[in-house]
Amino acid sequence: MKISRIKELLEAEVICGEEADLEREVHSACGSDMMSDVLAYVKDQAVLLTGLVNSQVIRTAEMMDMVCIVFVRSKRPNPEMIEIAKDSGIVVMATKKRMYEACGTLFANGLNGAQV
Amino acid sequence: MSEFLNFHYDVDGENFVSAGQASVELKKVLRRLGFPPETIRRLSIAMYEGEINMVIHAGGGAADVDIYEDKIVIRLIDHGPGIADIDLAMQEGYSTATDSVRSLGFGAGMGLPNMKRYTDEMRIDSTVGEGTTITMTVFITK
Repeated sequence: MKISRIKELLEAEVICGEEADLEREVHSACGSDMMSDVLAYVKDQAVLLTGLVNSQVIRTAEMMDMVCIVFVRSKRPNPEMIEIAKDSGIVVMATKKRMYEACGTLFANGLNGAQV
Repeated sequence: MSEFLNFHYDVDGENFVSAGQASVELKKVLRRLGFPPETIRRLSIAMYEGEINMVIHAGGGAADVDIYEDKIVIRLIDHGPGIADIDLAMQEGYSTATDSVRSLGFGAGMGLPNMKRYTDEMRIDSTVGEGTTITMTVFITK
């Protein structure tokens, strides 16, 4: 699924990321507010959905080579977080949807979770 | 690489926001040296979990990374409270982290298990009241 499709499905606002980055493909997704749980899961080209807002969210995604972060429930990253994301080339979006609905919407449209 | 390269990082225990900087630096170094992406990811995550642990539990510490031709060894050294029961600490879900740490997204009791998961060898040397040294090795597969 393209990042642009995720934006469309979640009616999300892009906070940082170039037009070209939105055309990148993601193959799996992970939804969690616990970064240690996210770190227990490795998958290429993934998107992270989270309601947690601090700079470690961006670092976690960076360590895992994730390409996109979606903040749910209208949470917004601070400028410092946006800077880290820009440096790492990670697309950051915000959606009004809650975690359950956001994950469900992506799953129902064919974006799978990681194989356990 | 004739013998090995060594990189030393200090981990600031006061600042949760900057935690992970050493891991970011290490990741850049490993990329520059041309290691496979999967190897880099495993090492970065193990180092990052270790760094977070040192910030949460030990008031900071230091990391030494030795890069050999066939393996990479990360040594995490802190002078924190030490780990009383290592077997218990290795159990997924067991954590002594505070609620405030949990509210920051860590303390799920996955740090040490993740470090073990992503490395080929891991050794924990810990003395209560003196500190902990964790040695992790990842072998390079050509």
